[in-house]
Amino acid sequence: MIHQYQLNGYNIVLDINSGSIHCVDKLAYDIISLYETTEKPLIISKMLNKYANVPEIDEAEITAVIDDIENLRKTGKLFSADDYQNSAFDFKNRNTEIKALCLHVAHTCNLNCQYCFASQGKYQGERALMPFEVGKQALDFLVSASGSRTNLEVDFFGGEPLMNWDTVKQIVAYARKIEKEYHKNFRFTLTTNGVLLNDEVTEFANKEMHNVVLSLDGRKEVHDFFRKTYDGGGSYDLVVPKFQKFVKQRGGKNYYVRGTFTRNNTDFTNDIFHMADLGFTELSMEPVVCAPTDPYALQESDLPQLYEQYELLAKEMIKRKEQNRGFAFYHYMIDLEAGPCIYKRISGCGSGTEYLAVTPWGELYPCHQFVGEPKYCMGDVWQGVTNIEMQNQFKLCNVYARGECRDCWARLYCSGGCNANAYHATGSIAGIYEYGCRLFKKRIECAIMIKVAEATLDSTVTE
Amino acid sequence: MKRIQTIVTRDLKQSAKSDGCGECQTSCQSACKTSCGVANQQCEKLSHNK
Ligand code: SF4
Ligand code: SF4
Repeated sequence: MIHQYQLNGYNIVLDINSGSIHCVDKLAYDIISLYETTEKPLIISKMLNKYANVPEIDEAEITAVIDDIENLRKTGKLFSADDYQNSAFDFKNRNTEIKALCLHVAHTCNLNCQYCFASQGKYQGERALMPFEVGKQALDFLVSASGSRTNLEVDFFGGEPLMNWDTVKQIVAYARKIEKEYHKNFRFTLTTNGVLLNDEVTEFANKEMHNVVLSLDGRKEVHDFFRKTYDGGGSYDLVVPKFQKFVKQRGGKNYYVRGTFTRNNTDFTNDIFHMADLGFTELSMEPVVCAPTDPYALQESDLPQLYEQYELLAKEMIKRKEQNRGFAFYHYMIDLEAGPCIYKRISGCGSGTEYLAVTPWGELYPCHQFVGEPKYCMGDVWQGVTNIEMQNQFKLCNVYARGECRDCWARLYCSGGCNANAYHATGSIAGIYEYGCRLFKKRIECAIMIKVAEATLDSTVTE
Repeated sequence: MKRIQTIVTRDLKQSAKSDGCGECQTSCQSACKTSCGVANQQCEKLSHNK
């Protein structure tokens, strides 16, 4: 399977199964699109016709391109077959060790954001803080369930985790105590709205947190529209200076400034540029997750504008990088040479198998987005995963389990989409969230275009 | 190949020859929290060798 597209003046051809990427000129682009369905003499006559005004395109030239394409095919870089589907991957019986936990240390929040998928941190339930005992038991469970895996990820999530900060510190201290003995390496992430960020939190986080996610939606009016304090005021002025100070002291360690966009700011690139102008360089901006009936839900009619926004973002990023004021956008970060292996690419996001969420009471859920859906409860940190039937359902969620994904060119970049989005959109984790797919595909096209632009900067292959 | 430029990428078929070690980051953990995507993940082995 191949995928061809034109963007920002580049003609790009992806060979899906090998992962190869080619940047080609118009003639090669046209020939590739005919190659599988059309006899060689017919391709030649069609091209001679189409390029009648271009003197250097003669039969010999066209034949040379066809030969190049044939060579790429022979070396497995174009039209390569899908060997993965029927080969060694036995999804149901694959051994999936749990290696990541999302600890819901605080089901409560000091902001009252209207769009919060966790409904102000409570996840449709009671307010609660996770006691240290539960967190400790969660780490013990993770260590024993992770088998031979060394790197273990633990995310402090909420609600607002800083509202249970002492417990967070205790949990980290416990992890550091046991990791040597069990040959593990804990990597912590903290997601915070910034309200309680202070020097002490900063110092601890910069020492212990592998990654920190700072929630900011962009421009002041956009941020303050949803991200309100309980007395109804905006939180922008409160958190932005704290985030700026925090990032300055972070000293190059990983962080993301992460926003959510909704129907109210379908010109969301302005929010991303605003973040960049505030001095942040590691940015992420996600489409809102909500019910389709919510007034701020993204709609079909917004798609053309969203596509345009993603293209604009990509072009601006190329420009800013050339001017030495570049920034990273999470969805455009793509490592073509050291990216994931095929196993990772087909096995899905890991929810319910490698990754679980833990509630303040110690219950296990397939991921943070299933917390609050009692039928998805999978067990608890004392007894481990007891709902094996549920775990098997999640094990089977992968690109080859979903008909739509099997025929989708983006499958090895996507790995089958978000199970939670699929569930919310279709009622089944084995479904797909089509709207999300369309945005995803656009983002990947843009991400690859940026790479192509970087690789071909002083080349003449485009016309 | 003057009309086709191939960008350097990891060969996925080669990557199928060894087992997935599973040491890399879990897909949506630690960053966006609302979507899946593996393209922007890094291979733990390869990125350390860089
Ligand atoms: S974009 Fe959609 S259809 Fe394509 S692989 Fe991802 S989830 Fe499946
Ligand atoms: S189901 Fe969705 S939200 Fe949950 S871990 Fe997977 S990609 Fe992330």
